[in-house]
Amino acid sequence: MIQGFLILLAFQLLGELLVVVFALPLPGPVIGLVLLLASLLGLGRIPDSLKKTSDGLLSNLALLFIPAGVGLILHFDLLASEWWIILLALLVSTVVATLVTAALFQWLMSRVGGEK
Amino acid sequence: MMIGTDFWVYFAARPLIWIVVTLAVFSIANLVYQRANRLPILHPVLISMALLIVILLITGTPYETYFSGAQFIHFLLGPATVALAIPMFQYFDEIRRLWLPILVSSTVGALVASLSAVAVAWLFDARLETMMSVAPKSVTSPIAMGIAEKIGGLPSLAAALVLVTGVLGSILVPMILKRMRVEDQAVKGFVLGLTSHGFGTAVALEVGTVAGAFAGLAMGLTGLLTAFLLPIVIG
Repeated sequence: MIQGFLILLAFQLLGELLVVVFALPLPGPVIGLVLLLASLLGLGRIPDSLKKTSDGLLSNLALLFIPAGVGLILHFDLLASEWWIILLALLVSTVVATLVTAALFQWLMSRVGGEK
Repeated sequence: MMIGTDFWVYFAARPLIWIVVTLAVFSIANLVYQRANRLPILHPVLISMALLIVILLITGTPYETYFSGAQFIHFLLGPATVALAIPMFQYFDEIRRLWLPILVSSTVGALVASLSAVAVAWLFDARLETMMSVAPKSVTSPIAMGIAEKIGGLPSLAAALVLVTGVLGSILVPMILKRMRVEDQAVKGFVLGLTSHGFGTAVALEVGTVAGAFAGLAMGLTGLLTAFLLPIVIG
């Protein structure tokens, strides 16, 4: 458990470090993800402790967004005048992007799928 | 009564109470969601956010006080993001086989998600800051804030809109995919991650680990591609 958590935090730290050093336009944890994936591919397996910790974190991922989500409370004034435009924009684009992406990805997959 | 008030004043200022309240509200919301046969509109994140905002408003608690406790939950987002490497590693062969569909769909999807939102805002004469804050709405919040700043939006508003998009997406995307008769876990996950970043990925992980892996991948690619492409396209 502790070991797994240490691995995750160490990779996050490494990611944050690279972001600062090379002034990358990406968040540290995303770089950490890429580095961990590369390391796992090199190692060829997932250490048990890492598997346990990450399963625990990922099965409760939704919970982790709540503190930031409550921050919406800070923007009530800003949202007062244009909230309906914003909501409409978010609704329309979610529907359009879902339709386009699902159709395109499925079509491309069926073309590659032949080589399965 | 005096004792009750003092008690409240004392504990409301401690970080612990807001962790306990957040976890309790989430547990209740989860229970309601399961009882209601996972009705999308009752998604526990949505219910928890609404309930917690009401609680803060009623008790007159500033968000900063709430966050001083809730930040310990928020902090785990970092290691959880890194942990997405595990499902991606598990399904890496599948991902490698599909690299071309993945790359093309995420480029097109990321641009469609962003530009269609900007187009609607522009159509209804929204302010420029609003349009530029709406643009990165499908991107995971830390990247979205950076993009908003770069193209002339408001980073904090962008972060809030990212969360609203996530909630909307986790409700709407499964409904639309059902209508489209999409069964493939990879497609479900991919679309969830692309349109609704981490929220979508959380929903995808409920569908299954394959969906989770593709959602995490789509989330990462959408973030990367939007960060590179949007400033160029909008400029």
